[in-house]
Amino acid sequence: MPAAGFNRRVLIVGAGIAGIQAALDIANSGHEVVLVDRLPSVGGHMHQLSETFPTLDCSQCIMTPRTVEVGRHKNIKLYVYSEVEDIQGGIGSFRVQIRRKPAYVNWDVCTACGACTEACPQQIPVDFDRRLEIARATKSGQLRTIGTGKAIYTLSPQAVPKKPVIDVEHCTWFQKGKCRLCEKVCPVKAIDYEQQPAWFEEQVGAIILATGYELYPLEKLGEYGGGQVPDVIDALAMERLLSASGPMAGVMRRPSDGKVPKEVVWIQCAGSRDPELHMSYCSKICCMYSAKQAMLYKHKVHDGQAFVFYIDIRSAGKRYEEFVQRAMEDDRVLFIRGKVSKVFREGDKVLVWGVDTLTGLPVEVAADLVVISPAMIASEGTRQMAEMLGLEVDEFGWWTEYEGNLSPLETTREGIFLAGTGTGPKDIPEAVSQGSGAAGKVLSLFARWNGGGEGQPQPDGADTGSGGQP
Amino acid sequence: MKVSYFPGCTLNTTGKGYDTAVRASAAAVGLDLVELSEWNCCGATFPLIIDNMLELAAPAHILVSARAQGVGGSAPLLTTACTTCYNVLNRTNRFIREHLDERDRINSFIESDYSGEVEVKDILHLLRDDIGFDTVGQKVQMPLKGLKVAAYYGCMVLRPPAEVAYDDPDNPRSLDDLMASLGATPVDYPHKNECCGAYLAVKAPEVTREMAYTILRSAHSAGAEAVVTNCPLCQFNLDRRQREMTQLRAGFVPLPVYYFSQLMGLALGLDASGYGWERHYVDARPLLRTLGLWNG
Repeated sequence: MPAAGFNRRVLIVGAGIAGIQAALDIANSGHEVVLVDRLPSVGGHMHQLSETFPTLDCSQCIMTPRTVEVGRHKNIKLYVYSEVEDIQGGIGSFRVQIRRKPAYVNWDVCTACGACTEACPQQIPVDFDRRLEIARATKSGQLRTIGTGKAIYTLSPQAVPKKPVIDVEHCTWFQKGKCRLCEKVCPVKAIDYEQQPAWFEEQVGAIILATGYELYPLEKLGEYGGGQVPDVIDALAMERLLSASGPMAGVMRRPSDGKVPKEVVWIQCAGSRDPELHMSYCSKICCMYSAKQAMLYKHKVHDGQAFVFYIDIRSAGKRYEEFVQRAMEDDRVLFIRGKVSKVFREGDKVLVWGVDTLTGLPVEVAADLVVISPAMIASEGTRQMAEMLGLEVDEFGWWTEYEGNLSPLETTREGIFLAGTGTGPKDIPEAVSQGSGAAGKVLSLFARWNGGGEGQPQPDGADTGSGGQP
Repeated sequence: MKVSYFPGCTLNTTGKGYDTAVRASAAAVGLDLVELSEWNCCGATFPLIIDNMLELAAPAHILVSARAQGVGGSAPLLTTACTTCYNVLNRTNRFIREHLDERDRINSFIESDYSGEVEVKDILHLLRDDIGFDTVGQKVQMPLKGLKVAAYYGCMVLRPPAEVAYDDPDNPRSLDDLMASLGATPVDYPHKNECCGAYLAVKAPEVTREMAYTILRSAHSAGAEAVVTNCPLCQFNLDRRQREMTQLRAGFVPLPVYYFSQLMGLALGLDASGYGWERHYVDARPLLRTLGLWNG
């Protein structure tokens, strides 16, 4: 195949932090990138986080320069609120079909003024805030438990692109045929209830799959209330509660009655390291983010008590161990070595039954709020892409690398690379490194097609250093 | 439908009323229990020592009897209303199916060639899946209106889940759903699957007392006026330990602890006089009288 005929554009599936990093590295080298994400804005899960360990940087603040750059880069063609429907061809010439979901808003004329969201009468639980519903006092003084989002929304004030979409499931117009308030208030007439999905075809020469992760649903953790106890939330929900740009503007409140929780319990390894019932693997990031969350909680609620139930503290990473020690010593977070057997509601408390394996005694904590660290699990997008591309995933649904030790970014198909948490649990620096790594793999491939490297123009995977493919 | 029935020792002695009620109410909903012509003790615990084949000989012998009786559908079907017996028989059956060498040793000991042909199903499982709670509900003569009851499952039909559970081990529903089909009001509470203390009743009754107390307190604070169970040992622990609770805990409210079959027979309009009501420590009748469900 003549190298001159190879397409030097790149498809990146997933605009989380790994996909963003890969996109910027490739785009800044002068090559075009097609970046696709199913959400209305880029940023992935990192966009939901309050602060990052071990530096306590505000997550949205440190990623905003990157997301903004992605949004306006001349070499990045962004397809948000879109899904890859089909991929044909092979290395050097992939044909990609992309379907953009209808936003019911004409983004070309929308000025992102926010009037529609403000006018929307709905108060609904939304995925971005982990479907939290929080009790708030109404004007009459009654408590009302409501969701944190609207039926026409952008993911956050810092969203890129910052254009709203309508949640058809919860929009009164789509469900009941009345309302149209957003249309009435829109100053530029951008609302379009008739908008249809749009299909696009793109030609690329290489693909990076940065399909990310999800959290194991609380519904599958019956021993921890099965998602039925309002004050038992998962760790991403806690990130939203802690976040200064989150639904509570960073003021610590618990969902059931909006009170400040004074005793908060974090439970590690919920669904992880549990080969009999759930996932056998370690989710890797929970020890660190729980220490971080407990620390942030203590910074907000000075007279509060934070408990972390753990099996082992896994703080392998630069300045990670020091960070955990700081949580223990400076912020007085109480770490209890043992698993929790049961979590249930009693009165306005959530009782946590666990064990302290260092004393051998059972422990009961009457908590106000319980934060579960569920296993990280492979995303639905990974499964779909694996089927589409004929690529292998492991028994848990994570991408199978070409070779785990020395080719962690390659797949068994030439020209298709991996980055981020699609291959398994990773923290932010690791995901970013993989994004850059996968970008490097792609650029190395392009350089060889240009005759700039050693040997014949070869697809990657065939010469990853010494020896090549078996 | 016809199914082989293994009463077990408890239902033949202290739980005689439970047994009588099980047979009568099963028959009333079309479940014909045919008692095994020959049966022995099930062993009462599933041995966790892997080389203790002798303990498996007793339950294996029961399974052989069920095979010989041959009652059931495509496979001989064996049921029991004692959760411990169910746990032991079902796990033994699975063990024999899966472990070929040990199967041979057990067979040579009991002089048989059993290879796991029988299917073992708990009676509640049969009522739920083979008869159907809807069918049960249609035969109700006297709905248990106003009876707020906490369904208690214990551990034997739930754990280990992979081997015995026919219900969600963390949030079981079958007994709750049966109660609802009888017209009672099942009360949701978090301790329906907690340990009752089991055999510690013999060695450390005070431990059983505390564990039972936690369960009863939880049921009561959730609004239950009674507890219902399908486990004879749980029934004993939850019921009998209330004597000490009444002495030790100021303000303790005793709760009657029913067998599910007692309530089922009552709701189906059967003659419930032989259901062993008089054997309960906490008198099981006054609440029913208050609700107009008992004229005895």
